[in-house]
Amino acid sequence: MHMKLKKALLGGTRFAALVLLVLMSVSAYADDLLYRAFGEKAGLVKITDDLYTNLLTDPRTAPYFENAPIRRIKEKLVEQFCVLLGGPCQYTGRTMKRAHEGQNIDRAAFNALVEDLQKAMDKNDVPFHLQNKLLAKLAPMYRDIQDRE
Amino acid sequence: MQLRKRTYCLTLAASALISCPAVADEPTAGGKLLLTGGVSEIEGAAGGGLTPWAVIGGYGTASQLGANAHGTYVRTQNFALSTYGVSAGVANRVEFSLARQTFDTRDAGAKLGLGSDFKFNQDIIGMKVRLFGDAVLDQDTWLPQLAAGIQFKHNEQGDVVNAVGAASNSGTDFYLSATKLLLAQSVLLNGTLRFTKANQFGLLGFGGDKSNAYHAEFEASAAYMLSKSLAIGGEYRTKPDNLSFAREQNAYDAFVAWAPTKYVSLTAAYVALGDIATFKNQRGAYLSLQVGF
Repeated sequence: MHMKLKKALLGGTRFAALVLLVLMSVSAYADDLLYRAFGEKAGLVKITDDLYTNLLTDPRTAPYFENAPIRRIKEKLVEQFCVLLGGPCQYTGRTMKRAHEGQNIDRAAFNALVEDLQKAMDKNDVPFHLQNKLLAKLAPMYRDIQDRE
Repeated sequence: MQLRKRTYCLTLAASALISCPAVADEPTAGGKLLLTGGVSEIEGAAGGGLTPWAVIGGYGTASQLGANAHGTYVRTQNFALSTYGVSAGVANRVEFSLARQTFDTRDAGAKLGLGSDFKFNQDIIGMKVRLFGDAVLDQDTWLPQLAAGIQFKHNEQGDVVNAVGAASNSGTDFYLSATKLLLAQSVLLNGTLRFTKANQFGLLGFGGDKSNAYHAEFEASAAYMLSKSLAIGGEYRTKPDNLSFAREQNAYDAFVAWAPTKYVSLTAAYVALGDIATFKNQRGAYLSLQVGF
């Protein structure tokens, strides 16, 4: 019994060490560094353009954008990305809740958008681990964006 | 509406196995993100290799059905274990799984007096319910996704497991799993608390001459995503030690999981299972293929 506890603790310590190592290796980015890694304003404009090219051709998301003011949405989204990445911007758009009200967005559509964003970031050579830093900030917004599971 | 049509088609395809070209042509029909559904653990539930996670298997979301089939092969110095099974996730809430395990004693069978290549067969019926939380999306809180699960296990070699001291050839495991993706760090963590009487996962029966009580066991997984489709990690699982004829030890593994698409994942691991049925320090390779629908 004692041996077992010792072994369990040893195993736990190994995991903790692994996790700590990983956490330390990625937490060294200052806020502004992230913004620059995404190519600053110009990079974000390009990513957002590519995102909308994907969204409008993706059958899972295209129906939501019929008659939508795409140019305005893109502008606001660039501002939002910029703020989330620690860039020198201000978000002047509506709240996420207001902007998505009545669209009947479900989880599958929300996740589809995440995939289309991943593709856009891939296309613009944003490293995977930095992509995840942006996605981590966007993910909780599902509560304001989706109407149903 | 596009989304609704696909759900209907998926349900049909899964229930009647008819082809569904609209789905086949769409590379990203499922509603969840790559690798976030885990793979199939050794007992058939969605999770890591050795332990179930709180995630609901398959890439289906609330209005969708997701299903997986898997085959797993583990080979140590003296034994081999093969498992195959199916699982279905319903509405990202409930997961059902069926698995069949064959534990091959190979040459060890003769030394144990069972005969060379003696095999133990075990069927496992599993069910898991997501209680709360979203492991992937709730990135602004430490609250994990929590699920409760149950695994009914039935070992077909009742006479043999009784002869080695097991109290029963069938048993039920209960577990609670908490899973959290730390997306900004690209790390996934899972902890599982399991109440079990199983000897060597149930392959040597349930309960024994040393103890026939439920034991609380702890299981942990940690994974680091190298890319969208590639993750590495390790797992640890404690186990009861109920039989006096052979001590049972804890298990751990180090794995690489690769999901070239949403529908296929391949997991390779090094597993260390400790002593099994008097054979010391069993270690070896673990290989698992999962195909999703």
